[in-house]
Amino acid sequence: MIRFILNDTLVESDATAGTVLLDVIRYQQQLKGTKIGCREGDCGACTVLVGELNQDRVEYKSMTSCLLAMATVHGKHIATVEGLNMDKLSPVQQAMVDASGTQCGFCTPGFVVSLSGCCLSREKVTEDLAVRAIDGNICRCTGYKSIERAASDVAQQLAQKDTTDPIGWSVKNGFLPAHFIGIQERLRSITKQEMANDPTAVTVAGGTDLYVQKHDSMHHNPVRSVANDTALKGTRFEHGECIIGGACTAADLLNSAELNTHFPKLEQHLLLVSSTPIRNMGTIAGNFVNASPIGDLTAMFIALDSTIILRNTEGGTRELKLKDLYKGYKQLDKSADEIVTTIRFPLPNTGTHFHFEKVSKRTYLDIASVNTAIRLEMDGDTIREAHMSAGGVAPIPKYLANTSAFLTGKPANKDTVRAALKVMNGEIAPISDARGTADYKRLLLRQLFFTHFMELFPERFTLNELVQ
Amino acid sequence: MKNIDSAGHVTGRSIYLDDIPVQQGTLYALPYDAPSAHAHIKKLDLTKAAAVPGVVRILTYTDIPGENQIGGIIPDEPLFAEHEIHFWGMPVALIIATSEDAAVQARKLITIELEELPVITDPREARAKGELIIPPRSFKLGDTANAWANCAHVFEGRADTNGQEHLYIETQGAYAYPAEHDSIRIASSTQGPTAVQRTIARVLGIPMHRVEVDVTRLGGGFGGKEDQASAWAALVALAAYVLKKPVKLAMHRMDDMRMTGKRHPYSSDYKIGFDKDLKIVAYEATFHQNAGAAADLSPAVMERTLFHATNSYAIPNVNVTAYCCRTHLPPNTAFRGFGGPQGMFVIESAIAHAADQLGVNASELQRRNLMVEGSEFSYGQIADHVNAQACWDLTDRKFDLDKLQADVDAFNTTNEMHKKGMAIMPICFGISFTNTPMNHARALVHVYQDGSVGVSTGGVEMGQGLNTKMVQVAAAVFSIDPSRVKIESTNTTRVANTSPSAASATADLNGKALENGCNAILERLKEKASRMLKSSPEAITIVNEAVLNNGQPTDLDWKKLIHAAHWDRVNLSESGHYATPNIHFDKTKEKGHPFAYHVYGTAAVMVTLDCIRGTYAIDAVKLVHDFGKRMNDAVDFGQIEGGLVQGLGWMTMEEIVYNDKGKLLSNALSTYKVPDIHSVPKEITIEALPTDGHPLAIRRSKAVGEPPLMYGIGVYFAIQNAIKAFRPDARMVFDAPYTPEKVLMSLYG
Repeated sequence: MIRFILNDTLVESDATAGTVLLDVIRYQQQLKGTKIGCREGDCGACTVLVGELNQDRVEYKSMTSCLLAMATVHGKHIATVEGLNMDKLSPVQQAMVDASGTQCGFCTPGFVVSLSGCCLSREKVTEDLAVRAIDGNICRCTGYKSIERAASDVAQQLAQKDTTDPIGWSVKNGFLPAHFIGIQERLRSITKQEMANDPTAVTVAGGTDLYVQKHDSMHHNPVRSVANDTALKGTRFEHGECIIGGACTAADLLNSAELNTHFPKLEQHLLLVSSTPIRNMGTIAGNFVNASPIGDLTAMFIALDSTIILRNTEGGTRELKLKDLYKGYKQLDKSADEIVTTIRFPLPNTGTHFHFEKVSKRTYLDIASVNTAIRLEMDGDTIREAHMSAGGVAPIPKYLANTSAFLTGKPANKDTVRAALKVMNGEIAPISDARGTADYKRLLLRQLFFTHFMELFPERFTLNELVQ
Repeated sequence: MKNIDSAGHVTGRSIYLDDIPVQQGTLYALPYDAPSAHAHIKKLDLTKAAAVPGVVRILTYTDIPGENQIGGIIPDEPLFAEHEIHFWGMPVALIIATSEDAAVQARKLITIELEELPVITDPREARAKGELIIPPRSFKLGDTANAWANCAHVFEGRADTNGQEHLYIETQGAYAYPAEHDSIRIASSTQGPTAVQRTIARVLGIPMHRVEVDVTRLGGGFGGKEDQASAWAALVALAAYVLKKPVKLAMHRMDDMRMTGKRHPYSSDYKIGFDKDLKIVAYEATFHQNAGAAADLSPAVMERTLFHATNSYAIPNVNVTAYCCRTHLPPNTAFRGFGGPQGMFVIESAIAHAADQLGVNASELQRRNLMVEGSEFSYGQIADHVNAQACWDLTDRKFDLDKLQADVDAFNTTNEMHKKGMAIMPICFGISFTNTPMNHARALVHVYQDGSVGVSTGGVEMGQGLNTKMVQVAAAVFSIDPSRVKIESTNTTRVANTSPSAASATADLNGKALENGCNAILERLKEKASRMLKSSPEAITIVNEAVLNNGQPTDLDWKKLIHAAHWDRVNLSESGHYATPNIHFDKTKEKGHPFAYHVYGTAAVMVTLDCIRGTYAIDAVKLVHDFGKRMNDAVDFGQIEGGLVQGLGWMTMEEIVYNDKGKLLSNALSTYKVPDIHSVPKEITIEALPTDGHPLAIRRSKAVGEPPLMYGIGVYFAIQNAIKAFRPDARMVFDAPYTPEKVLMSLYG
């Protein structure tokens, strides 16, 4: 029995653990404000706010309920648009009305829910953050400008929000209904669910890939959710290494102050990864084992020279370089009973340079045509160590071993880069598909390869010199 | 006045097809569609699927009591494939089960043996093989053959546009219930309730009066539910009719994308000639429309391409020809603009080509050739109330086009990695169904005895704000508070024989019908009031719910008058009818006066190109639009922004990809990208051209649904100009969308 609080009501659902929350909300609980647009997390029409107990507080994140396994929902507070409704329109709803941010209205509840998340966060809400909150919501009618105006209005109205007690403040000021107070105690009273020890169970983390691929069969499978496993969460920094739990999400990385200090452009890089609700769900390990040849996090962590720890059901562990996980298209050096528990990589030092590039048809909330990451350890002008990855140019997320080796020990100048390009072209084999032709991907990777150097050493490289 | 549905939308209380409370015993339908674009069916094996627990029945063409035919314009489209498959995604069977899940599991077990046949996806190939759905049509003005000799400059080339997925966020769907007397009641997410009714009647072999279609609202349509909602409605109606049970289908997104048609791709050739003063002397174009496997609305879409082939330009010699080419893609269909944008892209390409060769700014060629009062369109209509020049001039005055261009040029001289580009996009779009007989509508008005008003029209609310405008119309005619007016669902038993909500004309046609209905009741009310006040009907007016006699207040107000009229047996209901006057078109001569009026506008578009990565951002779109006398800024400005963004999506990131077997590869939201909040212009500035409006527009407020989509075309040419700034010798390519891939290939390829 899966127990969770849906808006103001404790729900005990007999839905299978693999059923998605969306279907429970709409067809069991008959709350029809949460809409179905795509069932693959790409439109945001089914967005809900998911509240999770974290020590002394409930933290809310927006998620797309079409990809959210019921197994993960146990013990959570789920807020749908119905749970945001009050006697009169909330300021978020009113802002959407005032700005004419709704036309056909089908996407609108998703926008309202996403924007309402701003009331619950412990951040000071800026206009940029309000827009970021709705970066996973697609509207086909308005052209977004009216919604932007609504978001801006919401940000201004939330300027006075008490970031130490956002829920109390939001309830007191009429942004949220009163039932948000007291959710914390109610969640505490829901006992943790014992995980059934079924060897045939499918391991689900964020579900953001699994449910896209197997949307019509997952509810028939026994499912084991690791999304709530605190042992797989958290980021540690010790012995010159960064150690990250496999169930950490892209949002966890984005919110890690320490990681952002080590990688000043991390935010810029991670915002290119999917959208806010998907970053709130999708895990790092999930990105790795999905083995998409264009996984963004995979490309980043391969270039960081990461090591992963795999653990089987008996508790046995082994270590592997992430780059060595990939054996062929969707083929892994990983048995079915192993999960990725931990990722670690050496922390950057003064000579470290890291950069990530991605180009897709749509800059945000899209899958890359080509992505690439590079980590360079510099000794003055000399590249002491190089690790470079590329996605979309091979059947696997590609560690560019030859290119990396070639760069090692060379001076960082245009001759090195141009010579390395030849090496790189020899170790990639892009194919033509919906994300671009093979010729394009080859050209694009060249451009992004040049971009790495121009971004990392702007004083040393110019486009004209590199392209010639 | 804000959209009257706003509060329902933001609270999630608005009801769409999939939100209708489900009746007990409802069954779920799921189409099984062809896994090939062109093949003979050798064997279809349903046995394993039929054995899945929960599966009630699997229907095929043999279960159809009426005709296996859904073609609207031409009867060339079976509902179910019989022996041959014509496109990948063509329905072959319909699984009916007690749950959606059972139907989904059953579908995986259907097997089909096929004898594959050659697949055509390219309209030029189809034309070469004689695969035309209708004979080609040509619009001619003057004499192009002799005009070329008078041209100082002549340019020829090719211009292609890809299709566009509608991506209404609410997918297609319908929910049918069997009713008494062998009838069907059906809720459908359709822009064309009558089309659904007619199609179901035909498929079931029953008269139309036994089919009641009800539409509350659509979660977006954009043309995709004008004709193509009918197939899904007919499928569930068939199942409900055969099984005598309620049957529902709300399509999965990937099924919807795979099985439905899209905006038509076009491949076109153009030839344009200028005199020494850069006036366009002659224009010829040949349009190859990729119609897909059946006619659907393609002949009508093709016609509008011809109507808009010359966009906003006065050209004395025109010869444009269009071919409706049958291929093995899903039948392509209406999409906002309805062939007009495809035609306009070609002449804008021709102008851009000429400008490049002549070394002048394209805007100079555009400006010199704008239509003026009395210009003749190639189809014989003489332009009146022309605002082409006025829109251009106001754009220049408000935004200073020379300054904008100078800023772009200045940026480009100082930046190496980024280049800016600017383009101007004038538009001219004709309002009316080009098929003249469709330009009429009805509205049913009930004034209830308590003074509240119920209105039914033939129009469908799909986000365009129709119902809001209808409230305004009724409230204005009666001079009552808008809160007294309720808009009912669109229902074929209340308003019959409707034209679809399309052609931007829904508010005009239904609004004028509503005005007529309200006015008829108003006349009776005035007559009643005059008797009560011992005055004459001409002396009576109603102003803000007060009944005035010769302009003076009386004891009567709206509520009292209604109450009195009711007890005096005055008819407080009326069905208003409206047919657009003055329009006609003779297809045998391809001449006439098909449009009630035209809508004009001018947009300036600025983009910034990332010359390393081949990506781009749209900095600003500044435009002047010919709204007429605006009746609702909130609705109309929303249409401009939304239409523009849909148009620029078509020109930039929205890329439909079929493989050479006719299989859709861009088959989900993960592979087909529409604009998100980050990809829209950083600035959209909209100025209204101040005019008195047009008498044939509802309350002189012009139709606004489709025209702004075509501003988006400017983005293509702005990107192209930015590419030229980086690489002056870049080849001019006219092949939309300008994806980052094509941009990078233009920059370096």
